[in-house]
Amino acid sequence: MSDQRHTNDVVVKLKHPWRWISAALLVLIGGAFVYSLVSSPNINHDIIFKYLFNGKVIDAAILTVVLTIVSMTIGTILAVIFAVMRLSANPILKAIAVLYVGFFRGTPLLLQIVFWGYLGIIYPTIQLGIPFTDVVWFSEKTSLVLTSITAGIIALSLNEGAYAAEIVRAGILSVDAGQTEAAKSLGMSSGYTLRRIVLPQAMRVIIPPMGNEFISMLKSTSLLQVVSVMELYARTSQISSQNLAQVELLVVAGFWYLVMTTVLSWPQSYLEKRYGRGFQPSGSGNRWFGLNRKVSA
Amino acid sequence: MTNMIEAIGVRKHFGSNQVLKGIDLTVSRGEVLCLLGPSGSGKSTFLRCINHLEIIDGGRLYVDGSLMGFEEHGGKLHEMKLSAIAKQRADIGMVFQRFNLFPHLTALENIIEAPVGVRGVSKSEAVARAKDLLEQVGLSDKADHFPAQLSGGQQQRVAIARALAMEPKLMLFDEPTSALDPELVGDVLDVMRKLAESGMTMIVVTHEIGFAREVADRVVFMDGGVVVEQGSPAQVIDNPQNERTKAFINSVL
Ligand SMILES: Nc1ncnc2c1ncn2[C@@H]1O[C@H](COP(=O)(O)OP(=O)(O)OP(=O)(O)O)[C@@H](O)[C@H]1O
Ligand SMILES: [Mg+2]
Repeated sequence: MSDQRHTNDVVVKLKHPWRWISAALLVLIGGAFVYSLVSSPNINHDIIFKYLFNGKVIDAAILTVVLTIVSMTIGTILAVIFAVMRLSANPILKAIAVLYVGFFRGTPLLLQIVFWGYLGIIYPTIQLGIPFTDVVWFSEKTSLVLTSITAGIIALSLNEGAYAAEIVRAGILSVDAGQTEAAKSLGMSSGYTLRRIVLPQAMRVIIPPMGNEFISMLKSTSLLQVVSVMELYARTSQISSQNLAQVELLVVAGFWYLVMTTVLSWPQSYLEKRYGRGFQPSGSGNRWFGLNRKVSA
Repeated sequence: MTNMIEAIGVRKHFGSNQVLKGIDLTVSRGEVLCLLGPSGSGKSTFLRCINHLEIIDGGRLYVDGSLMGFEEHGGKLHEMKLSAIAKQRADIGMVFQRFNLFPHLTALENIIEAPVGVRGVSKSEAVARAKDLLEQVGLSDKADHFPAQLSGGQQQRVAIARALAMEPKLMLFDEPTSALDPELVGDVLDVMRKLAESGMTMIVVTHEIGFAREVADRVVFMDGGVVVEQGSPAQVIDNPQNERTKAFINSVL
């Protein structure tokens, strides 16, 4: 009997009723909320549609994306540099990295943005030369060099670098020490080992939290309104201060933030696949919560 | 012609733990030396000193006639630049107990990484040589597999091929079969046996007494950070003189 092959048996798949029930519940709540917005007599839908694709709003949204990408890129480069410094055997480099992370994580981002924005008041001119001598190669008014956009990018990048340094450090530490040993034994230099052996493996651990950082950065750009950078939030609140349609313009801004965060999170799954290469999925998923840990198809 | 390795009074400590207490050992070219000893006797530490993964703190260690990791002039030892040490290491192959293949690279990519990136060999040349090496270790069909898709024995054979791709003058093996299921040990030992026959200078830390007896030109027994006894396999394994050697051989046979 046990020899018999059950080739013609009908297999009944395990049912997941709670998935359906919770999904239905979600749709219901979400639908009710959207309906309340759409049907509300207190919201002027014409204003929303008028400003949704308004040229100034679109320009502001583009500026937001540019600020995010530029600051994130510089921040990530800083993060790698400071993470490596923190892990180096050199006590001075290590101390610099600890101080950097401590300072920029330890003060509010808003404070840092205002600081960079007002730097022109503390240092009215920027000079490049030899200290304590009359030799000056370059001298310029701070406000001309440090525009509000530059100040904003500096603030966001430095802050991001401090947070992401810890993420990168955790990623590097997650790579087995045997990898570095093997690389050394093959005659690889430490720089080469970091670039070709350690970082590519660390990426698996680094990418998911960096995706988070990216989204968070996109939203943090809205803080730059305090140094009058005309990004999306600043632009919509400027418009609403004139036409007094606050809620409508919040909906406009919210819509574009959602579009941008959604689009900008697409590359993440591609990157996860790219750097998950060679790593076997650790189990095909969690039976109870349907967690799926698969990294490569 | 100089010896491949010349160790004179090599000492190494970790904190208060004196692990190597003056190792004197020479290995001539083409010689296969098996290093035996109980756990904690300093075998791995000595191997790691040979390619400067550990820095010795006493004595002299010459590989192929030049001091490892130091330059001697004016009667003083000067630490070498990291790039010079890397160059020395590139000529010494090392095989680890836990393979340490690069998991994000395929078998073939593991093998060509260092020749291309360190030696500057052209990619096509490196690939051709890597395929050759994979064939030698019996894994021609696994070139595009990632380490996680290979058995332990297959991974270790790729690791040996990876080390050989640098055309080393000396190969160090640190318990290359200890992490393997018994049925996979044979394939790895076969590869090492062939390598020994080809004239490679090898130092093998192992608990495989059968392999040592058959392949080694010389067997060295270490205990407590010193060389206790050495000689041909017949002398050290079959007719040990020292009490500690006798006890160890009895325990592993
Ligand atoms: N990096 C290190 N830091 C501190 N102690 C170490 C380090 N490496 C090795 N030791 C110590 O040195 C001694 C010798 O270790 P080693 O690994 O050389 O022994 P072994 O002969 O290879 O043993 P086994 O057969 O177990 O591999 C041990 O007491 C170990 O705890
Ligand atoms: Mg050991």
